[in-house]
Amino acid sequence: MSPTLTDLPERSRVLLTPPTSADAERKPLTKKEIAADHPTWCPGCGDFSVLALYFKLIEKRKLWHEKITTIAGIGCSSRFPYFVQSHGVHFIHGRSLPFASGVSLSRPDLHVFVFGGDGDIFSIGGNHFTHTARKNVRMSCVVMDNWVYGLTKKQTSPTSPLGFKSKTDGWGALDRPINPLKQALAAGATFVARTTHTNPNHVLQMMETAMDHDGFSFIECLSECVEFFPGAFDTANPRKGGEFNLVPKDHDVADEVAAYDLAGASFPGYFGVFYQVQRPTKNALEAQVIADARQKLGGLKDWQILQQTFDRMK
Amino acid sequence: MSEPALTAPVTSGPTPTCRISEAVIRIAGNSQDGIQAIGGFLARLAGRSEQEVMTFMTIPSTISGGPSIFQVRVGSGEVLSAGDEADLLVAFYQHSYEDHIHSLRRGGIVLYDTDHVQPRTEWQTDYRHVGIAISSLTVEAIGGTAKDKGKNVFVLGLLARMFDLSVPKLEQLIRERFGGKNESLVNNALGAFHAGYGFSVENLIETFHFADSRKRDRVQVVMNGNEALAYGLIAAGVRFGAAYPITPWSDIMEILRRELPKYGGSFIQCEDEIASVCMALGGSYGGRVAVTGSSGPGIALKTEALGWGVMAEMPLVVINVQRGGPSTGLPTNVEQSDLNLACFGGHGDAPRVVLAPANVEDCFYTAIEAVNIARRYSVPVIVLSDQAIATRIEAFDEPDLPKCCQDLTPDLGPVAEFKPYDLSAPDGITQHRPPGAPIANGRYPIVTGLEHDEMGHPSGAPKVHSDMTAKRRRKLQALAATLPRSTVYGPAEGQVLLVGWGSSRGPIREAVDRARAAGNSVSALHLRHLHPLPNGLENIFSGFSQVLVTELNDQGFYGYGQLAALLRARYCDPRIRGLNKTDGLTFKVKEILAAVNSQLAASSGGAASPL
Repeated sequence: MSPTLTDLPERSRVLLTPPTSADAERKPLTKKEIAADHPTWCPGCGDFSVLALYFKLIEKRKLWHEKITTIAGIGCSSRFPYFVQSHGVHFIHGRSLPFASGVSLSRPDLHVFVFGGDGDIFSIGGNHFTHTARKNVRMSCVVMDNWVYGLTKKQTSPTSPLGFKSKTDGWGALDRPINPLKQALAAGATFVARTTHTNPNHVLQMMETAMDHDGFSFIECLSECVEFFPGAFDTANPRKGGEFNLVPKDHDVADEVAAYDLAGASFPGYFGVFYQVQRPTKNALEAQVIADARQKLGGLKDWQILQQTFDRMK
Repeated sequence: MSEPALTAPVTSGPTPTCRISEAVIRIAGNSQDGIQAIGGFLARLAGRSEQEVMTFMTIPSTISGGPSIFQVRVGSGEVLSAGDEADLLVAFYQHSYEDHIHSLRRGGIVLYDTDHVQPRTEWQTDYRHVGIAISSLTVEAIGGTAKDKGKNVFVLGLLARMFDLSVPKLEQLIRERFGGKNESLVNNALGAFHAGYGFSVENLIETFHFADSRKRDRVQVVMNGNEALAYGLIAAGVRFGAAYPITPWSDIMEILRRELPKYGGSFIQCEDEIASVCMALGGSYGGRVAVTGSSGPGIALKTEALGWGVMAEMPLVVINVQRGGPSTGLPTNVEQSDLNLACFGGHGDAPRVVLAPANVEDCFYTAIEAVNIARRYSVPVIVLSDQAIATRIEAFDEPDLPKCCQDLTPDLGPVAEFKPYDLSAPDGITQHRPPGAPIANGRYPIVTGLEHDEMGHPSGAPKVHSDMTAKRRRKLQALAATLPRSTVYGPAEGQVLLVGWGSSRGPIREAVDRARAAGNSVSALHLRHLHPLPNGLENIFSGFSQVLVTELNDQGFYGYGQLAALLRARYCDPRIRGLNKTDGLTFKVKEILAAVNSQLAASSGGAASPL
């Protein structure tokens, strides 16, 4: 029998997994080894901080180059994979999630990280967001939400607030913005969190928790576009006189309705994990289908399995 | 038909029995009558009896009900098409009778259900009418609540009697089909079959006996084109894929979804066509050649991601089971009008590979070839099947499975260095390396849809775009140079060369046989590799006065179908003309012959021998 899609060892999902002997000999990667191209973002862009914290995550969690895949669609934030020294994919606009699902479902040994923007994930890729969440495909998805289209230079995005004056809404945005957290909850995401680029420790903490979640983990990370929507998130930044409110300690993360209520709080709202439950992943369910099918075959070779089928077609 | 069948009775004893070499049987009823089931039995029986078989069916695009037909051509010699005209029509209803009687050849037999059909006197002279109370005899045989369910199997019994078919083999097939679930189902079916077989049809009409067919080296398998493609992909080593349902592609995804887990693989049903191609590309990126597929409209939706596959140089197999278009078009009819989409769909210079299987057997091997080309050249490969191949059943020599089955487990071993888009690679051919392999120099590749340098990092430098565009083209020009030389069916020189692709090969060959039998100088060329085309076709064309590209699509603004336009563009050869039709049906042999005849008449002032 040739190896199955699920024969590869699963990646370690918990922090305390003892390293294997081969891993022990390898030193953790340094930031220098993880950094690739110099980012093309504008000076002061919030995305720099997300990238820096991704490097930190890789360093801290001792991930090896070859065990990480960094996948993105199109947009400012989606240039991300070029800046990381890992196997990376710069895919087409809006479709990073189905691509990442293909990687995740066929390679249980890889950590699959998807980075995207609000336009990429919620507008052109909106359908895929819903279905990747409901299928609970194992991966971490960070949406760097800046409330505006940046790469194409200031058009209205699906998260632009009402009244935002853009080049496509000179009189101010007319369409009700999406609430990413509610969207994720309604779609059936099993991990929903929110953070902001101005609080590095919190970003790292959310990324780590997301990475350890067995399922589709979604983080909305506010990431300011200093060029086209400067000051958008000042009221969420204590250094600019705003307030950074953590999700209340008594919030039950398994309570979907409570999470939905919390997600509806007016800006700046709350930061932290809104919702987290364990539900079988698509990966596990498909692996079970494979295991059940294989068990009945008692180790036949591939051609012998096909022969059985052909014998019924005579 | 090359020779009249079901005629010239050779009398032997009280009931005449005719030895025949082949027969075309059309069964017409409604879609819930199990007409496809009888057709399937006949096809499978032919396969088990070492006979050639080809079927043709129509299904209404409505969910339940509506007229439905199944035509089966069984023969002791080579069967190339489903037959232009039927020798026998089985008509279940008045509409079946009236709509299909003209599909019979003159003198053909119509066997009708007297419970439902009022025969028309004006047709009695041209067609031989045999009335049998099919419905009431079935009810009588089975009884109970089944009503006339089972009349299809009753008809099968009648046909077995009429054509001297093997009863034990048919009984076995009935047991295989209905067994397992419910014993009473098998008994009912066998009851109906024997009632039909027991009916003394020889009192109404002569019976027939098929001549012995040539002995075959290998056992035959019987399946339709969708099945052959699906199992070909499995044999090729495909273990991951994704798709969205659409007629007539859906059968393939249903088979892969059901079968792949047995081989350790998965096939995922996606939210839409775009997600499917993207997920398949993700699977390919993960290290297995993945597959997606659809029919026309769905392929149109996938084109942007296919462009990424070309740019990022990612192996992928895309099946397109063509149907009539554009838009929703004719979902359950055949057309070969997606060639342009397959070769050129999408934006930018995006060279990819297009293959088209010629028949059901070829579907199996084309799937394997597509996978191997995708891997070797790191490129999307589109397989253009069509509704006719997808649904018709053929018997063919069982493939040598231990030899055909491939293991494509990715190699994740460490490497010293890796450039995904190495410009110095011979002929520009580079291969994808999946994540998971440690790369000693610490430089990891990016795969991307942006124009890029050799490591995959963005570069819009003029020289980079020129060189990379050329790389993506050169590797497929190298592929073209390796394609086998095309061979001509019939003499290499003559008056007319019929050029065809896809499911038309059979009818074209049959047309050649008949034209040559009538003394006309006609040959044929069939192309399986459509993009890039094999080299050297100009040498073949130069042997003929006229090159008639025979395809099921429109003649376009300038008088050329889609392949004809491609050949004109490549060879600038004024001998290349088009023979096109867009009625949603496969070519009839007589349609091709009529076109050939008028070409011959035009070129030689009416000197063509009559056909």
